[in-house]
Amino acid sequence: MTIQEKQQELVDEFAMFDDWMERYEYMIDLGKSLPEIAPEHKTDDKLIKGCQSKVWLHAELNDQNVVFTADSDAIITKGIIAILIRAFSNQSPEAIVEANTDFIDEIGLKEHLSPTRANGLVSMIKQMKLYAVAYQAKANN
Amino acid sequence: MLDVTTIRNDFPILQREVNGKPLVYLDNAATSQKPKAVIDCIVDYYSRYNANIHRGVHTLSQEATDAYEQARETIREHFNAEKAHEIIFTAGTTQGINLVANGFSKLLKEGDEILVSAMEHHSNIVPWQMLCERTGATLRVIPMNEEGELILDEYEALLSEKTKLVFVNHVSNALGTINPIKEIIEKAHALEAAVLIDGAQACSHIKPDLHALDVDFYVTSAHKMCGPTGVGILYMKEEWGKKLPPYQGGGEMIAEVTFEKTTYADLPHKFEAGTPNIAGGIAFGAAITYLNNIGFEAIEEYETELLTYATEQLQQIEGLKIYGTGKAKTSVISFNIEGIHPYDIGTIVDKLGIAVRTGHHCAQPIMDFYKIPGTVRASFAFYNTKAEVDALVSAVQRAKNMLQ
Repeated sequence: MTIQEKQQELVDEFAMFDDWMERYEYMIDLGKSLPEIAPEHKTDDKLIKGCQSKVWLHAELNDQNVVFTADSDAIITKGIIAILIRAFSNQSPEAIVEANTDFIDEIGLKEHLSPTRANGLVSMIKQMKLYAVAYQAKANN
Repeated sequence: MLDVTTIRNDFPILQREVNGKPLVYLDNAATSQKPKAVIDCIVDYYSRYNANIHRGVHTLSQEATDAYEQARETIREHFNAEKAHEIIFTAGTTQGINLVANGFSKLLKEGDEILVSAMEHHSNIVPWQMLCERTGATLRVIPMNEEGELILDEYEALLSEKTKLVFVNHVSNALGTINPIKEIIEKAHALEAAVLIDGAQACSHIKPDLHALDVDFYVTSAHKMCGPTGVGILYMKEEWGKKLPPYQGGGEMIAEVTFEKTTYADLPHKFEAGTPNIAGGIAFGAAITYLNNIGFEAIEEYETELLTYATEQLQQIEGLKIYGTGKAKTSVISFNIEGIHPYDIGTIVDKLGIAVRTGHHCAQPIMDFYKIPGTVRASFAFYNTKAEVDALVSAVQRAKNMLQ
């Protein structure tokens, strides 16, 4: 599936809920079921700055695709990462660099997109794209 | 007894909704809401007599100067300072602290010591670290106990003839602890150390008597006291005002200027360079008048009642732990629920229309002390109600159910 198809799938899933509470509950469930990050990657140098909670993000290349693993000490933040990983993980660096993030708004999580909000969603997306840019540059060399 | 229903009508913002629910504003330790009297005062200033002060001979300038100086007098009277020129208008608490820290650059030398408490806001730690870097003085920390109270025996042990300045907040922003500042000041003075008290978190709850406290410096911000942002005061004993050099150069603070030499104006203008926040100063006076019309005794009594009620109700929630359980507290409750990140609770509670603060509250050393990433902090003002406490408790309970 392309990033766009995965994003549409997430939008469709969230559209089933009537109110914010159900959406948040689903997001919390997604957070709880996020596969664990390997302990050796849960280190300070993998922390994303700009979050009120701690977020560890690790990336590695697997057969030309970038695979992300992550964790957080706050469950809502972990749910947001789970959504981002569903959308962006296991895609080519080019696709990740070019992807837009409008689906966050469509899911009904627009409030998390504000750069002043301390959850660091914007920082997470930026960090994912930075990893992709780095792999892209490496491949071009 | 306070008539809270009437008081709430004084605050236009309390009538609004957030996320489709009536606003429950419990972030008063970050900033207070503003009554109509204060808002009107600002509108009135800009509508009727906006002019630069202390220099014009025209009528508007005279009216603005009179109102600004009247505000200084209102503030002097409120804090019971001896002289109006001991009240220096600042941009807020942080600027007041920096002004004093800057002044001490000339007075400190290597080997001197500055004592600060373990429960300070970052803005209260950094200026002293910078001062120590400039002068070679050493910063030492007065520790606190598990209840979030300063350990006075340790304070006494730290005090010596090397101590030149003691810096403590009147009330801790993260915990709500009221520090025994009278005792702290007396002990410092016995060794001829000066004392600066940060009253930012205290002045909306307590009316400090600066004369009786015999404090050297006291700083606070208007916006925590129903006044506007961007204005505050530094109280400075006259003798210190003469001793400390000016902080910033500019208009208003000079007596005479030639290219060879400038002589500085008298107090308080020596420390008030440039055109000040005139509307802010006048509105600060209006805020103090508003609070005094309600009465600090009544405010204190009512807020204590709210604090007791909220503490009892929150403690019913299983796994909830309160940080800052000292005997003397203002109406601030910092808490966590076992196994849940404070950020998660804050997010859900906000969706339910309740404004609380989450995070380290700019007091990371306190969070490190308790080994926690942060807390949820609910802080109450005299316009909050028991029904709002109930709304908080039920929102926290709901968040807990969702998050566990």
